[in-house]
Amino acid sequence: VLLQSILERSGIPSVSISVLMEITRQVDPPRVLAVDRPLGFPLGEARNPEMQRAIMMEALGLLSRNNLPATRNFSS
Amino acid sequence: LNRSRYRDIGAGVTIRANVAKLSDLRLKHRAFIAAYPFHKVEWRPGTRLTIPLSQARVALVTTAGLYLPGQAPFRHSIRHDDCSYREIPANTAVATLRIGQSSDAFDHAGIEADRNLAFPLDRLREAVADGAIGSVAPHHFSIMGSIIATGALIDDSGPKIGRKMQDDGVDAALLVPV
Repeated sequence: VLLQSILERSGIPSVSISVLMEITRQVDPPRVLAVDRPLGFPLGEARNPEMQRAIMMEALGLLSRNNLPATRNFSS
Repeated sequence: LNRSRYRDIGAGVTIRANVAKLSDLRLKHRAFIAAYPFHKVEWRPGTRLTIPLSQARVALVTTAGLYLPGQAPFRHSIRHDDCSYREIPANTAVATLRIGQSSDAFDHAGIEADRNLAFPLDRLREAVADGAIGSVAPHHFSIMGSIIATGALIDDSGPKIGRKMQDDGVDAALLVPV
């Protein structure tokens, strides 16, 4: 997630997916989708393309936000 | 730690049994995190995606330490941080990727069964195929998580990845820490 800030400085907007916001907050990234899944399951579930796609698109949706840092919750 | 910036995460959070919480972690991992020297890199004022997603070229970054069978494995341990990165070409078959992240802080069963959980390249391709996203970047990137001495990531690997994304015409990046 630290890398996100570095990419932002390179002019590339980025968003991360977090299953552990208690840690993510410490790094203060520009955009985060908080996903309520266990550690090791940031995109939801194995072999569940629909859920993976939904989480990915929800995260990417934060890229056009003006007010940073931007966070959103995803509940499966 | 400035929690106020994250106020909008508070009230709306639905607490469920399967939500990852620090308190779920074993003592050794909690101790690691308690002692972890969290680094911040100033990113403000920040940038934003100014074109529609349907026109954007998107790159992925995973911290699962994924690497191609032909690439050197990551050499990471509690005593030695591996801040290197691996480039993963867009045409890679996701199932062939090896998993370098060996931390037992999380359940590996998911990414063992489906690498897309930490590296959703198949999902990205599908989204491009049906027009939701503009294009798949020619290269994606894999690093190790749980790096303690982050200097080489901040000074070397991170900026290199940024430059490669610029060279590839990447408009936006999705990072997936595990």
